[in-house]
Amino acid sequence: MGNTYVIVAETRGGRLRQVSLEAVQAAVLASRDEDKLIALLLGHQLQEAATELARYVKDQVMVIDHPDLAMYQAEAYLAALAPALDQLQPHTVFFGHTAIGRDLAPQAAAHLNAGQISDVIAIAQTDDTVSYTRPLFAGKAFENRKFTASPQIITIRPNNITPAQPTPAPAEISELTYSPSPSLRTVIKEVVSKSIGRIDLTEAKVVVSGGRGVKSKAGFQPLEELAELLQGAVGASRGACDAGYCDYSLQIGQTGKVVTPEIYIACGISGAIQHLAGMSQSRIIIAINKDPEAPIFKVADYGIVGDLFEVVPLLTEEFRKVLSITS
Amino acid sequence: MNIFVILKQTFDTEEKISIQDGKIAEDGVKFIVNPYDEYAVEEALRLKEQHGGTVTVVSVGPERAAEALRTALAMGADEAVLIASDHPDYDEFSISTLLAAYFRDKAFDLILGGYFSVDSGGGQTAIRLARLLDIPHTSAITELQISQNKATVIRDAEGDAETLEISLPALFTAQQGLNEPRYPSLPGIMKAKKKPFLTLDLQQLHLTDAEIAPRTTRLSLSLPAARKSGRILQGTAQEQTSELVNLLRNEEKAI
Repeated sequence: MGNTYVIVAETRGGRLRQVSLEAVQAAVLASRDEDKLIALLLGHQLQEAATELARYVKDQVMVIDHPDLAMYQAEAYLAALAPALDQLQPHTVFFGHTAIGRDLAPQAAAHLNAGQISDVIAIAQTDDTVSYTRPLFAGKAFENRKFTASPQIITIRPNNITPAQPTPAPAEISELTYSPSPSLRTVIKEVVSKSIGRIDLTEAKVVVSGGRGVKSKAGFQPLEELAELLQGAVGASRGACDAGYCDYSLQIGQTGKVVTPEIYIACGISGAIQHLAGMSQSRIIIAINKDPEAPIFKVADYGIVGDLFEVVPLLTEEFRKVLSITS
Repeated sequence: MNIFVILKQTFDTEEKISIQDGKIAEDGVKFIVNPYDEYAVEEALRLKEQHGGTVTVVSVGPERAAEALRTALAMGADEAVLIASDHPDYDEFSISTLLAAYFRDKAFDLILGGYFSVDSGGGQTAIRLARLLDIPHTSAITELQISQNKATVIRDAEGDAETLEISLPALFTAQQGLNEPRYPSLPGIMKAKKKPFLTLDLQQLHLTDAEIAPRTTRLSLSLPAARKSGRILQGTAQEQTSELVNLLRNEEKAI
């Protein structure tokens, strides 16, 4: 008899996140044919997302739908997840390495007394070993790890594992109940959503990033226009964040976020080692900088030496022309 | 208030990484307090200045980690505890079990740590510790206020700002933007030498090797392939941008 592999899926703005389909694929890669794949979906008003998820999961989708789970809250989510895990006795549990997964996975690991391998970018199965590749120092080095015991917990870095393909027949969907405990010690008071309708930096296919060369908060405007046109996200270097041009949540680097988009456009970023660690695994890197000696050009596939305030709007226009022909 | 900060010593973020005999080479490397943990130390000191109490900094690591704890003492922490371990294979399960054993008989109102460490970057240890101690936690906070027995925090969730109220004792992990850490002053550095510094080992924590045996292990280590040097586009800005879009479309098939 096989083991049970559980994927903890999540939604953003009511829609299933792509990283959750990547986590499903991670479970496919780590398991064998005889194993059972079950996805758990926590939140509120999940019908659409559950139907979508069921197309990709081999065996079962279990939904825990409750108004109190509409927003992620550490204690409530663990209270909802723990009984499901106790019941399923999983061999391995997969999460996205997202704001939710990063917080919920270690809680689940402690609950199950399990090991966890975080921020996995590749999975390989040979004979009787499954090895997980993950970055160290934000990508200055990589390690392969394996588990020495089960249960096992994994978080998957967005944009690195190909999303799962639909299965021949959709999985069965069932509901699990959640009764909120009156003894929760955490209360959500307010949420200021700055990200409505925007794709998260770590999941974006295109990242347009600004450094000190952007010179001011307003200087990010042309970058935002380019990102919006390409349905991407805006990022920043530490220099730009420290100078107060943008929010720290945009920072890319060894401190900050690690991104691996298809296209990374660095505007006015010199390329400090700690920044390069956060973006050098992107597929195509484009650098725009006044200084031809800037270290960023050493990792860039294409470089434009010039003033970003002249180049970026021109680039946006060129993209607009091409995209309008296609669509 | 009894405030504890868990911290880790890491490589400076400007260090390049090299591999020697299958291990990360440490020769000549500059070590620092993990930047996220430094925010936690600073926040603890500010809370102490506001509410009174003591700040104890705790680390699990090899002998060299004592220097990171001394930096925290020089910033203004009152006591330091080093759980001595030069076991390179300890994973987050091991470390959080060690920390939980240390905290089990301690009276604390607040435990602060960093959102993640800039070296192994798993982001597990602090959250695991909160679970093991059965106290509530919030990760990635950018603001913290204490009033009576409650903390009000702002959590950064992929750019959204969530305001939460949590009853103490609780654990929080610091995100960038929480504060601007102070530099140790010269008198601070002098005073740090006389502050209590406790070193503990497994036996003193009543733990056996088996109880903290790692659940994961490293199979291999590698460096990323160097990126091939790219191409600087030529011509006017108009020509360069036009060529770039053309390349992305026709050669890279990226758009």
